[in-house]
Amino acid sequence: MIESLITNNRAELTHSTKKAVPVVLSTRIRLARNLIDTPFPERANSSQRSAVVKQCAAELHNLAPLRKGAFFDISALSDLEKQVLLERHLISRELCESQQGAGVFINKEQTCAVMVNEEDHLRIQFLKSGFNLKSIWKQIDAFDSQLEGLLDLAYDSTLGYLTACPTNVGTGLRASVMMHLPGLVIAEHMERVIRAVNQLGIAVRGLFGEGSDATGHVFQISNQQTLGESEAEILERLGNVLKTIIDHELNARFKCLEENREKLLDQIGRGFGVLCNAHVLSSNEAMNLLSLMRLAVDFSMLPETNRAVIDRLFIECQPGHVQYVAQAGIAPEDRDVARARKLRDEFSQLPPLDFDKVNELT
Amino acid sequence: MADNLKCSLCDSEATVHLTQIVNNKIHKVDLCETCAQKKGVTDPEGFSLADLLSHTALSPERGDKQIVCPECGYETADFRRTGRLGCAHCYTCFSSLVKPVLEDMHAGERHTGKVPKLASKRLSSQQELQDLNAALARAVAAEAYEEAARYRDQIKALEAAQCEAAELGSS
Repeated sequence: MIESLITNNRAELTHSTKKAVPVVLSTRIRLARNLIDTPFPERANSSQRSAVVKQCAAELHNLAPLRKGAFFDISALSDLEKQVLLERHLISRELCESQQGAGVFINKEQTCAVMVNEEDHLRIQFLKSGFNLKSIWKQIDAFDSQLEGLLDLAYDSTLGYLTACPTNVGTGLRASVMMHLPGLVIAEHMERVIRAVNQLGIAVRGLFGEGSDATGHVFQISNQQTLGESEAEILERLGNVLKTIIDHELNARFKCLEENREKLLDQIGRGFGVLCNAHVLSSNEAMNLLSLMRLAVDFSMLPETNRAVIDRLFIECQPGHVQYVAQAGIAPEDRDVARARKLRDEFSQLPPLDFDKVNELT
Repeated sequence: MADNLKCSLCDSEATVHLTQIVNNKIHKVDLCETCAQKKGVTDPEGFSLADLLSHTALSPERGDKQIVCPECGYETADFRRTGRLGCAHCYTCFSSLVKPVLEDMHAGERHTGKVPKLASKRLSSQQELQDLNAALARAVAAEAYEEAARYRDQIKALEAAQCEAAELGSS
């Protein structure tokens, strides 16, 4: 059912070549919206839930980004298909668990996804690779304004947009940026960063692993507060914090290059060797190795054009994706073999690491 | 060692301990293995400590006033249990319970962001209707019948316009 999404070679997260940058993998903004006069999804009965899906489906199809998109009824998707959409950040775990009267609209490029009857009636998400808070806000704001002309939304002049959970009330806006922070992890500064930004109402989560030493060194950083500040203020504050984190990350990398040069280059070199030659690779190991390769691109040891390949592999090497491509159910051990094969194929086509380039940097 | 900590959500022994600082206040949550799994603590992608904190901040209190939302039937206990609300109207019914949670959680208490045009038009016409009804009642009480008749006409016109708008919206 989701075949066309996986095979689409214009998908934002897996095939964007222009906007990829060091440190930031991708940016997402989501808005929580509810219809007036219908209980929130958890409280709504099944006929009310179906009515919401029907009403939203009728309108969403007409909005520009979704005109060529598709609606996926959650009850019609297999567990594996849900897992794949989850790994692509197109649906949430909560939506996966809902039984019926829920689904998601996804456009072709997978830059826009609207979940219907998740925690709120509507969860609108816009996503782009790279660091793009402002331009995504422009897009999602325009989309939301169009939608608002078609559907009557639950809104209160004091509390703003009303949401099922008070954590989202107000703007209903959550912006999250995927950041690749190997420098801060290696320097063991992540704990401190997390503590500092938490105090500013900003949350940090590991993407693939847990806590401060997340696998693949990828962290998802997002605003926690939605009430009391305008959308522009929320995004500006988050943006400023992210810029500071980027600076710290770049500093940590250079410091590491200065102080532990051979050790770091050894890790990257060995990583490349493993990716070119390994026959069994777990998801965790693959993420950690890919993280080193992204760092190699940042250090100009691999051509910039290969950054997109690595970002795509971050997604395609996750368990659901490996299994989906292998079609028939494969055992976890075989999955690791299939993953290693894929990485061998992809990395054998890359040029060798150019260690001289690092010397030019410092 | 002192007694083992109990899970904030059920009564089992807590093995997962989380601390987060929000608005310079330290929030601590203790969870058992099962609840931690259920709440997605072990799944960083789906986990938000803020959501969880809102639940524990809402743990039942003695002398809780029993409120039932007339629109959706949601009760105080439902809110305490889930930390979520049942419908838009719940925000009015449970405002005494929601307000402290919002203060704890957010940067301010008033929405200063985007205003949806349709909804704000509806809200302002509701407000106008309320004002007119109040004026009508005052005029009647003061036996100013000419004035009262004028208000009544205005109310009728406004209500008719609202009905029309609602029909347009639903068609």
